[in-house]
Amino acid sequence: MIPISWYLIVAAALFCIGLFGVFVRKNAVGILMGVELMLNAVNINLIAFWHYHTQVMANPPQISALVYVAIVFIVAAAEVAVGLALVISAYRRRQTVVVDDMNLLKG
Amino acid sequence: MTTETLIWLIPLPPVLAFFVIMLFTNRRKGLSHWLGVGAVGIAWLAAMLVFFRAIGTEGLAEHPFVSAIPWLPTGDTFFRIGVQVDPLSAVTLFFVAWTILMIFIYSIGYHNYGQPAGEHDRPGFPPEGATIKDEKGHTHKVPSVEPMYSRFFALISLFAFAMFLLVLTDNLLILYVGWEIMGLCSYLLIGFWYGKESARAAMIKAFLTTRVGDVFMLLGLAALYSITGTLNYQQILGNPQVLEQLAGSLSPVLGLSWAGLIGILIFIGTVGKSAQFPLHVWLPDAMEGPTPVSAMIHAATMVSAGVYLVIRFFPLISAGWAPGGELTTSMLVMGIIGAFTAIFAATIAVAQNDIKRVLAYSTISQLGYMVAALGVGAYVAAAFHLVTHAFFKALLFLGSGSVIHGMEHGVLHTGEHIDAQNMLNMGGLRKKMPLTFWTFLIGGFALSGFPLVTAGFWSKDEILSGAFSGGQMGVFITLALAALLTAFYTMRQITLTFLGQPRSKAASHAQESRPTMVIPLVILAFFAVTAGWAGIPEQFPGLGGLVPNWFEEFVGSMLRNEHGAEASHSLVPLFTSLAVALGGLLIGWLVYRGVRQARDPLEKALGSLHTLLKNKYYVDELYSLIFIRPSIWLAETFTDKWLDLGLIDGILHAIGRLGLWMGRLLRNVIDLPIVNGAGDAAANGTRGLGAYLRTRQAGRVQLYMVIAVGLLVAAGLLFYLLAGTI
Repeated sequence: MIPISWYLIVAAALFCIGLFGVFVRKNAVGILMGVELMLNAVNINLIAFWHYHTQVMANPPQISALVYVAIVFIVAAAEVAVGLALVISAYRRRQTVVVDDMNLLKG
Repeated sequence: MTTETLIWLIPLPPVLAFFVIMLFTNRRKGLSHWLGVGAVGIAWLAAMLVFFRAIGTEGLAEHPFVSAIPWLPTGDTFFRIGVQVDPLSAVTLFFVAWTILMIFIYSIGYHNYGQPAGEHDRPGFPPEGATIKDEKGHTHKVPSVEPMYSRFFALISLFAFAMFLLVLTDNLLILYVGWEIMGLCSYLLIGFWYGKESARAAMIKAFLTTRVGDVFMLLGLAALYSITGTLNYQQILGNPQVLEQLAGSLSPVLGLSWAGLIGILIFIGTVGKSAQFPLHVWLPDAMEGPTPVSAMIHAATMVSAGVYLVIRFFPLISAGWAPGGELTTSMLVMGIIGAFTAIFAATIAVAQNDIKRVLAYSTISQLGYMVAALGVGAYVAAAFHLVTHAFFKALLFLGSGSVIHGMEHGVLHTGEHIDAQNMLNMGGLRKKMPLTFWTFLIGGFALSGFPLVTAGFWSKDEILSGAFSGGQMGVFITLALAALLTAFYTMRQITLTFLGQPRSKAASHAQESRPTMVIPLVILAFFAVTAGWAGIPEQFPGLGGLVPNWFEEFVGSMLRNEHGAEASHSLVPLFTSLAVALGGLLIGWLVYRGVRQARDPLEKALGSLHTLLKNKYYVDELYSLIFIRPSIWLAETFTDKWLDLGLIDGILHAIGRLGLWMGRLLRNVIDLPIVNGAGDAAANGTRGLGAYLRTRQAGRVQLYMVIAVGLLVAAGLLFYLLAGTI
């Protein structure tokens, strides 16, 4: 039986990697990928707690966590679709995907 | 009109003239001099009326013309002021009215009335002459009219008022008032040309020097009033009991009697006013004023006032003295100072080259004669010499003014740059200015005491015989020597000025003065001769008794106690005065008749003695050393530099510096670091924070995110840590 803390550690590591990617990556696509990692880290947490709650503690079964995870996937997919579309659009305009160069709003 | 009313009215016109000229007619030169001369003319007329009524009155000395009004309430009584004409004031009034009138008329000509105004003339400077063109187109330099013509007449009118007031009053206080007004006029008139540095110095010198005497006189006046309770002549001098009381009571000073002390104090007033040694220094310098002023103030009237005062107070001064007896202290002082001044000033006059300065020293010397005469008890002789001296000295001064005027005309005409007052530049003016010459000759002979015909002989002879018969041989010999010197320097003056050949181009172009200047000379010359005939002693060999000795009877009646000083008329003083007068004149003529260059032959003969005399025995330098420099040192160095600037200002500055220091301290310790520091820190902190935050807001979203996450983590940590405590 794998203890829940292992899941949580993996999720936290995954989240931190994603966060780091968001913080340091200059490439917009890379940032989007970081965001995906963070979302999936959250999903791992959700699934890990669901499993712990229903399977290990043997509480009455619930599916709300699974639904929530599904919604997160959908949102993530939508987000990537929009985000990539934006990146492509920006690339077409400015020939770059580096976020630092996307400074039209800078005063 | 009663005589008393007339007397009251005599001083009035001149003072009115003064105010009218000062206030209204200052710009109208002609009107101003008519006002001045007219006012003095009226005063003169009234004075003559009073004089003739006075000499026609029997026993005037016992019952003088008196009129008084209550004036100042003093406790339960009134201080009364009034007028009084007794024989002494009558004769004084006579010569004062005459000389003043003559000098007023003379001033019109002297100040060049009717001449054009000079191009460069400025008020406060003597007129420098005007350039005019005649019909042929030649330009001439002619004398120009005085710029402050009206002011001059206003001031001498005020002076005339004061002199009349002084002569006519019946008490010492009003006399003192007149005395001080004259001091003021003297000050203003000596400095009439106030643009000249020397005139300013002379005016201050005259004022301060006479003030020294006046302060003592005021002390005497106060002492007299506090003892007798009155300042009225009659009540003090006409009252033997008061005099006896004064002579008998001891004063707290030097063991003198009150009469002696008051006499000496009043005499010190005379020393100042009549320029006796040691306060004589102001009179020669006073010659900086216009010549009519020198004549009026510094020869005929004002300096006579001092002698008039001591003659007036002779009963007090001589209280306790009997003719032939021991002199009182004040008489002794007067005798010594008078005789010393007479010879002292006469020696200085010998070495002076300025025509007016010679006369100034001669005035001092002659006043010394009068004072010495009183000192030996020759009361009538002193009064007599006062009258005759006023006439001939006014004549001489006006004559010298005429000479200077003629010389200035020559200077303007030739354009030569010489001193128009230096006698060594003159010579031969006899032919150029005949009237001036003859009148000056008469005046000069009167001054030297030329026998028989001149007034000066009779009065001087009386003084000498008074000194001789009074047994004061020291005084007699001194005065005789002074008389010799007087004749000598007078002849020197006449010879240098009028005789011989001109010693400068200006002198050869000199011109006789105008009638307004010459006519007064002639009238005064008349009196310089005839005034003496009023006092020919009856004992005089040959002439005595032909004309009654009117003066002796008239003025002598002032003294209640018949004194016999004049009774024994020895021939010694007569021959002495004959010898010194003629001898002096002869020596003077012999020494100076051959002078060709502008150099005094005595200069070589006398050597350093001449230098000493020329520098007036260095009295001015001595006073400068003893009084003036210490005063200036006291004022400038001690009081100003040390006390004021050093001590008082030092304390003030120290207080100021302390305040400044404390202010700096508070500023450095409290204001700058705390108050300002806090304000600056707030501002700088805000700015620094702003600057720092601005660098954080670089538009880098990732950085924002780092901050946001960082803050989130921090908040979460906070919550986590605080969760246990709350």
